[in-house]
Amino acid sequence: MRLEYPKNIKIIRVPCTGKVDVMHLLRSIQKGADGVYVVGCLEGNCHYNEGNLRARERVNHVRSLLEEVGLEGDRVRMYNLSSGEGPTFAAYAREMTENILALGPNPLKKWVTRP
Amino acid sequence: MKSGSNLEAILEAGHFAFTGELGPPRGTNGEEVKKKASYLKGMVDSVNITDNQTSVVRMSSWAACIILIQEGLEPNFQMVCRDRNRLAMQSDILGAYTHGVRNMLCLSGDHQKFGDHPDAMGVFDIDSMQLINMVKQMRDEGKFLGGADIEDPPKIFIGAASNPFAEPYEWRVHRLAKKINAGTDFIQTQCVYNMDRFREFMKRVVDMGLHEKCYILAGVTPMKSLGMARYIASQVPGMDVPDSLIDRLKGAGKGKVAEEGIKFALEQIEEFKEMEGVAGVHLMAIEWEHRVPEIAERAGVLPRPKP
Amino acid sequence: MIVAKRKPFEEIKGLIKGYNKVLNVGCGTCVAVCLAGGEKEVAVLNAELDMARKLEESPIEVGALTVERQCDREYLEPLDAIVNDYEAILSMACGAGIQFVAERFPQTPVFPAVDTTFIGVNQGVGWYEERCRSCSSCVLGMTGGICPVTMCAKGLYNGPCGGTNKGNCEISKDQPCAWYLIYERLEKQGRLDSIMAFTPASKWENQVPRTVIQPGYEKSKADATP
Repeated sequence: MRLEYPKNIKIIRVPCTGKVDVMHLLRSIQKGADGVYVVGCLEGNCHYNEGNLRARERVNHVRSLLEEVGLEGDRVRMYNLSSGEGPTFAAYAREMTENILALGPNPLKKWVTRP
Repeated sequence: MKSGSNLEAILEAGHFAFTGELGPPRGTNGEEVKKKASYLKGMVDSVNITDNQTSVVRMSSWAACIILIQEGLEPNFQMVCRDRNRLAMQSDILGAYTHGVRNMLCLSGDHQKFGDHPDAMGVFDIDSMQLINMVKQMRDEGKFLGGADIEDPPKIFIGAASNPFAEPYEWRVHRLAKKINAGTDFIQTQCVYNMDRFREFMKRVVDMGLHEKCYILAGVTPMKSLGMARYIASQVPGMDVPDSLIDRLKGAGKGKVAEEGIKFALEQIEEFKEMEGVAGVHLMAIEWEHRVPEIAERAGVLPRPKP
Repeated sequence: MIVAKRKPFEEIKGLIKGYNKVLNVGCGTCVAVCLAGGEKEVAVLNAELDMARKLEESPIEVGALTVERQCDREYLEPLDAIVNDYEAILSMACGAGIQFVAERFPQTPVFPAVDTTFIGVNQGVGWYEERCRSCSSCVLGMTGGICPVTMCAKGLYNGPCGGTNKGNCEISKDQPCAWYLIYERLEKQGRLDSIMAFTPASKWENQVPRTVIQPGYEKSKADATP
């Protein structure tokens, strides 16, 4: 389809969003990422029944952890779509990017030392 | 006689007992106690003084009991297990007895969660059954719960509550038997509204011969309003208000609900007078003490006998 | 198992305010199973502390070590070598483990990162319910395997009280009445006679710190006592 979506997004593939751990999301922000979002299958369509539902619970948990810490919870989001929805994928990517642009850069970035 | 209280004498003489209730104030106004007591004087055989009822702090029950004695009424000292451990309970019993208290009603107490100090630690060192037994041991064996001898033991007429309307229904009569075995001399039941269920309960009581081991006073609380009836029906745990009673109050029409509530209470009292196993009525006219003379008069329980 | 819940982040942050090098010690037994203070919870808390202190421009170095059990001396040994590298210790174990760590390192301030909550069961992932108050005098044999001390809000030994509300406790429509359950179970087992008799007042053996020495093991305490 050769759809355009923002180039600043780094995609990490997982077998199921149920595999995404709280620490994966938290660590991303800790290491300076401006935002992280999890894209899972549509609710009710998980091949493993509840993987995407568990992922959403974890995302919500991480959002509250970030708020506790003093960061914006909205730096972490969860989206759902089916594998055939390329345009929706691109739309969500744009929406997340706009959200992060509005929030501004991760203030932890200055603490990150790159090798 | 176990205690020599007026209530005990009335019951032992075979009179139909009539007892009242008074809630102490949320402050230090003794005049308020005296005023409420004045409505009850001569109308009832004994007055229950509630003990931090609904887990709200009030003047201590024993202190209000003493005011009643000074006013020439006989108090029934209510004690709940929520607020005191066994040491405090026994010392309060000694103190109250010394000041002339002769009747006690031993209760578990509402959970502290309902009251004005929901974060309080509920003591429940002993339960109501164990409290009954402790008072009996103090009286009959002259010993504290810990086993030591009491100098001049308190002679208390021991009361307990029974709720025929809370589940499991089948167990309630057995629990009553348990309370009697633990040492209960008289029972004051939860407010009765469902007469069918109460008749059933009393039949089982009589079948088991429990009425011969203990005096049973049926609880009566006149409905003051439709709001009160609905509140009791839906919000007070362990209460059973049949729809038929709500309908009856509703049917009374504006301004006549209270009178209808009193009429229902009077009908109940009439039936209790004849009901096998019922030795009297405990009238809990909540914040309606001033109506007690009228209710007593219309119930035909006046004048109160002098044993 | 012993069930704990993590303290609010603000409270933990407040406890270690002013310390710049803190060791967070997890416990791999009960609190790990109940997802409160195991290796993973240590990692999450440390990440949070790291981020929060950086945002406050007062970075902190938080070490992590999760031992098998903080309530057992042999598992605390690995701490000996590293404890002096830190100004303070955070412990994510239950109150027993926290105290055992504090006892071992009396020079080092030790702070709790969890609130020890109850002895309970696993009803589902992340869902635990209290079942035991460790009263030292178990009556479960009499009450059909349902603890009145724990499950009855008034801890009645001769229940139920008059507040039973359609099978539930007067405190909440979501809390079953323990004595209602006891009655039902014993009735089904034909054992109602077991609650017919009066149960006397409890001896409340849990009012003083308790010690248990199992038979045949008297020597270990005797040896340790000077």
